[in-house]
Amino acid sequence: MDGEIAALPAERGPSAQAVTLTINGEPRPLRIEPRVSLLDALREHLGLTGSKKGCDQGTCGACTVWVDGRRALACLTLAVTCEGHEVTTIEGLSAGGELHPMQAAFIDKDAFQCGYCTPGQIMSAVALLDEGHAADDGQIREWMSGNICRCAAYPNIRAAIRAVRDAAGGE
Amino acid sequence: MIPAPFSYRRAGSVAEALDLCTEYGEDAKFLAGGHSLLPLMKLRLAMPEVLIDLGPVRELSYVREEDGHIAIGALTRHHDLEHSEMLARVLPLLAHAAGQVGDPQVRHRGTIGGSLAHSDPASDLPATVLALDATLVARGPAGSREIAAADFFQGLFETELEPDELLTEIRVPVPAAGAAGWSFQKFTKRAIDWAIVGVAVQGSAVALVNMAGTPVRAAGVEAALAGGATPAEAAAHAAEGTSPADDINASPAYREHLARVLVERALLEAQSV
Ligand SMILES: Cc1cc2nc3c(=O)[nH]c(=O)nc-3n(C[C@H](O)[C@H](O)[C@H](O)COP(=O)(O)OP(=O)(O)OC[C@H]3O[C@@H](n4cnc5c(N)ncnc54)[C@H](O)[C@@H]3O)c2cc1C
Ligand code: FES
Ligand code: FES
Repeated sequence: MDGEIAALPAERGPSAQAVTLTINGEPRPLRIEPRVSLLDALREHLGLTGSKKGCDQGTCGACTVWVDGRRALACLTLAVTCEGHEVTTIEGLSAGGELHPMQAAFIDKDAFQCGYCTPGQIMSAVALLDEGHAADDGQIREWMSGNICRCAAYPNIRAAIRAVRDAAGGE
Repeated sequence: MIPAPFSYRRAGSVAEALDLCTEYGEDAKFLAGGHSLLPLMKLRLAMPEVLIDLGPVRELSYVREEDGHIAIGALTRHHDLEHSEMLARVLPLLAHAAGQVGDPQVRHRGTIGGSLAHSDPASDLPATVLALDATLVARGPAGSREIAAADFFQGLFETELEPDELLTEIRVPVPAAGAAGWSFQKFTKRAIDWAIVGVAVQGSAVALVNMAGTPVRAAGVEAALAGGATPAEAAAHAAEGTSPADDINASPAYREHLARVLVERALLEAQSV
């Protein structure tokens, strides 16, 4: 990836210019100004409206996506800085129309009310298991602290995470 | 909430970042994790004409043991400090404090250099490096210079850095055998919040988060400890010389009370390490 980044144009904007992002494994060319956040690029330019905008200031977690496999806030990431990096959104989680086990568990455990925070919760929850931060409820609480649920579905969100953790046989 | 328009330049190395900075002068700002700068830009409290993206400058992301001190690259992310085995062994205070910043998503992007250069007295790492007697290394067109943490923080969002200087490294002396005790106390309402008041203790060095316009050393506490005071006696001096803010979270009097309570807890915990 380093070589790829070095080969990219070094200067952009302030007007809209060509930027190619890699979203869910696909190259997605678009024309945007450098000031466009990754969240606005996804929602307004690419029609990927799964990632939600709650606060737009980094505090709610509704916009959580993965950049190079690590969960990150799309509202505080400039889209242009993601060139040469892999972005994964909630739309990229289910393979071939089949729900990801975490998505299925959220439905099964009724882990939402309005559903607005849910895509961010799920992106965080899947990452949480990969990170090994779901040993007990205390850990789950702490490591999900970047995702706020205004409807307070927290007990059921934890139940969904536990279910996927236990089905996978351990942490 | 959309920032004012700006041009974007990607720096691939420290040398390139400095060249770009010379080229654009005061119109430009460095972008590290963006987790302090972008919120300000969205509110149009910052309106740089050029952003110099330090993201690809991988050479500034490291934690190394050098003789007598630990050297940390300015672009090392909070997450990487938190999970550094070397820090856990040699500087557990810094690893722990980094793990208290915001939430996991914030720690994946934010950098120690960005946190220090941003100079928010409510942030966790400025007071931590102050308690650790760190030296900050800045590089500008004329070369590198060292700035003591005690001189670096000048006020809210103000540091000793010149606009054309890049913070490159943080050097932390390895605590002496007799000063290995440490504690970090952070008082918040919710896990992801900034500290209402915080305390970093390493040995008998005590620094306070959010008790003045900059992080401050609790000089009265340190003097009392040097004179043989118990933690409870020393902690009574915690608010001396501070000027805590009055805001939605707390009054100055409440912050002073918190400082005394948290310093006592921190000293007791540090003693037991
Ligand atoms: C929701 C949320 C919660 C947070 N909670 C906390 C918290 O609890 N505690 C806490 O301490 N922090 C908290 N933060 C702030 C976070 O730690 C930031 O990551 C950090 O303060 C800034 O680091 P950055 O790398 O994102 O810097 P940026 O935002 O990229 O930059 C900040 C400033 O520093 C300058 N700069 C950056 N790098 C350098 C450099 N190498 N040399 C010179 N200048 C440089 C930039 O030009 C800019 O002016 C929180 C942030 C958010 C969004
Ligand atoms: S919209 Fe990004 S954290 Fe709230
Ligand atoms: S389900 Fe409504 S905000 Fe979480």
